[in-house]
Amino acid sequence: MNTLSLWFHKFGSPPTFYRLSRLLCPWLFAAACLIGAVGLYAGLVLAPADYQQSDAYRIIFIHVPCAWMSLFAYIFMAANAFIAVVWRIKISEILAMASAPVGAMFTAVTLLTGAIWGKPMWGTWWTWDARLTSELVLLFLYLGVIGLFSAIEDRRQAARAAGFLALIGIVNVPIVHFSVNWWNTLHQGSTVRLLGPSRIDASMLWPLLLMALATHIWFFASVLARSRSSVLEQESGKEWVREIVQAQGVRRE
Amino acid sequence: MTPTRKRRLIMIGAILVAAAAATTLIVLALQQNMTYLFTPSEILAGKVPDGARFRIGGMVKEGSVERGQSLTVAFVVTDGDGDMRVEYNGILPDLFRDKQSVIATGSMQGNQFLATEVLAKHDETYVPRDVAEAMDKAHRKHNVPAEADKPTP
Repeated sequence: MNTLSLWFHKFGSPPTFYRLSRLLCPWLFAAACLIGAVGLYAGLVLAPADYQQSDAYRIIFIHVPCAWMSLFAYIFMAANAFIAVVWRIKISEILAMASAPVGAMFTAVTLLTGAIWGKPMWGTWWTWDARLTSELVLLFLYLGVIGLFSAIEDRRQAARAAGFLALIGIVNVPIVHFSVNWWNTLHQGSTVRLLGPSRIDASMLWPLLLMALATHIWFFASVLARSRSSVLEQESGKEWVREIVQAQGVRRE
Repeated sequence: MTPTRKRRLIMIGAILVAAAAATTLIVLALQQNMTYLFTPSEILAGKVPDGARFRIGGMVKEGSVERGQSLTVAFVVTDGDGDMRVEYNGILPDLFRDKQSVIATGSMQGNQFLATEVLAKHDETYVPRDVAEAMDKAHRKHNVPAEADKPTP
């Protein structure tokens, strides 16, 4: 076995995962809060007002990072679901199911902030254009995964069934991303582009990228925190859990 | 890889390919049928069925906005090739002005469009105000045509 797959197996074992995530979680949360605070201050105070929308555009510092995260979280969930369905690795099942509520939260925030911005700028809270509709479908996919996971008694079976739904739903991700190019939509096209120049001034771009970094770290922090408690719950009969509980001096009633 | 895992991998792969193919076909089909808006030249070419409620999209022609009594307003929407007069009675969004992309919902009445809702389409450009003003000044100084007025950072 090479070092990579050795590391993979080690990280995939519940005790190691538990210890590692307990070590990482507080640092990730702290980093996310710190970077997020700097990003918000830079976005809401330091960045100049837009020539067209003046101060109202500042909602993008929440809206855009959350929108990116709604897709990123889905890809992360689907990738873990894939590993869970094919290789039946317990940690992947847990990671996939832990990222569903976090991703759903990011999607809901995206839709909400979009509506709040849309009312004064476009003139409407909601319109059934391709971008908005596909993002709403994304929210329903997340809710479907969460619902299916909760509906089945056995945790491992539930995770695989819900993971299967998550896998099929991945087809919606490119639709959300490319909807503004494929169809005539009310929603504007992409501002920040990986290829080619971004259509945003540098003074507004860096707070946006800081916020994106903060939301990514926050995502991993909350997924790890959720997974950690799921690992404890599912492994509650095992020896290593008993050791941890005893080490902390907690007695079961 | 054990045979069971290999079988699962192939099965999941096949299902994903099938789902992707189905979605591609749906997207391609919707591309032709799902029209969020029509442009003025498409309307003039007779692509819209008579009496239908639809959306018209284009730019507000410069200097075409006429404000009537109270909230009544009329303006011309253009896509460069065709013009369409739009009448509307209601509150306009903040971004509404000359040369702004707008989308109006309504139906044809005679040869003009009677809108029940007017939305402003925002573009993806974000520029600080002073930069936009400086570029505007420079453009006027060097007589850059109006199409190049849109600032690009």
